[in-house]
Amino acid sequence: MKIDQLADLIQAKILTDNKSLDNEISGAYICDLLSWVMSHANKGDVWITVHTHLNIVAVALLVEVACILVPEGIQVEEATIKKANEEGIAILSSNKTAYQIAVEISKFIPLVK
Amino acid sequence: MGLSNSIIRQNYIIPADDFSLAGEASSSVKKMLNQLGVPPKTVKRVSIAMYEAEINAVIHAGGGTADVAIDKEKVLITINDEGPGIPDVELAMKEGFSTAPDSVREMGFGAGMGLPNIKRYADKLDIKTEVGKGTRVQITVLL
Ligand SMILES: Nc1ncnc2c1ncn2[C@@H]1O[C@H](COP(=O)(O)OP(=O)(O)OP(=O)(O)O)[C@@H](O)[C@H]1O
Ligand SMILES: [Mg+2]
Repeated sequence: MKIDQLADLIQAKILTDNKSLDNEISGAYICDLLSWVMSHANKGDVWITVHTHLNIVAVALLVEVACILVPEGIQVEEATIKKANEEGIAILSSNKTAYQIAVEISKFIPLVK
Repeated sequence: MGLSNSIIRQNYIIPADDFSLAGEASSSVKKMLNQLGVPPKTVKRVSIAMYEAEINAVIHAGGGTADVAIDKEKVLITINDEGPGIPDVELAMKEGFSTAPDSVREMGFGAGMGLPNIKRYADKLDIKTEVGKGTRVQITVLL
């Protein structure tokens, strides 16, 4: 699944510019402990987190997640979006909860890891 | 790989308390290794291990310095700080052990997973620390 397909699926807004939408999504990972994410998230995951500060961009790039998804309509800082654009990683915003998002994604990406 | 017999050296300052800049050194090393043609899996191990050590210097030690030396065989990263030191390294290495203050826990740091992550991603981890003087974290990743 591509990032714009995901955005359509869960009615998410893509906050970053459209240069970073090429990544293929192969799974999802939900966690707000950054070191835990760096230990357990997989390349290609959609990373769902409530954090919105600059460091999420660094973590996302290190783990090579497909994109960052901020749930529940939480406002993302302008500086974070700017950094994400510079580094070429997409940030999406959705009004749904992490659980609702995961349920939607699971209809398209089977849980086979 | 584009590495000859020479050694590439880089030095970075890790600024104190600046979370917006935290990760600049590891991100720069990541780009350098990619340019040198180091395999992506190895680049990922180096950059995650270095990022964790860099963030630790920011959070726990008021910043420090990072020295990186790359030769044909390995990447050697040395993070030095003049922070409070680690009283019990064995305890600090345990998953889940953290003394991070609430202010940084709110940002998602403080899982107590940083040092265990470094150990996992590095081929060698060496910590020298003295209470009241500072800490030197040395990370080796073989190429
Ligand atoms: N450079 C350092 N100077 C002083 N103490 C340190 C340093 N690095 C680590 N520590 C101590 O070791 C503990 C464990 O470090 P570790 O990186 O594993 O977890 P953390 O930084 O607390 O949380 P996380 O890395 O998961 O965000 C820290 O909470 C701190 O007490
Ligand atoms: Mg840490």
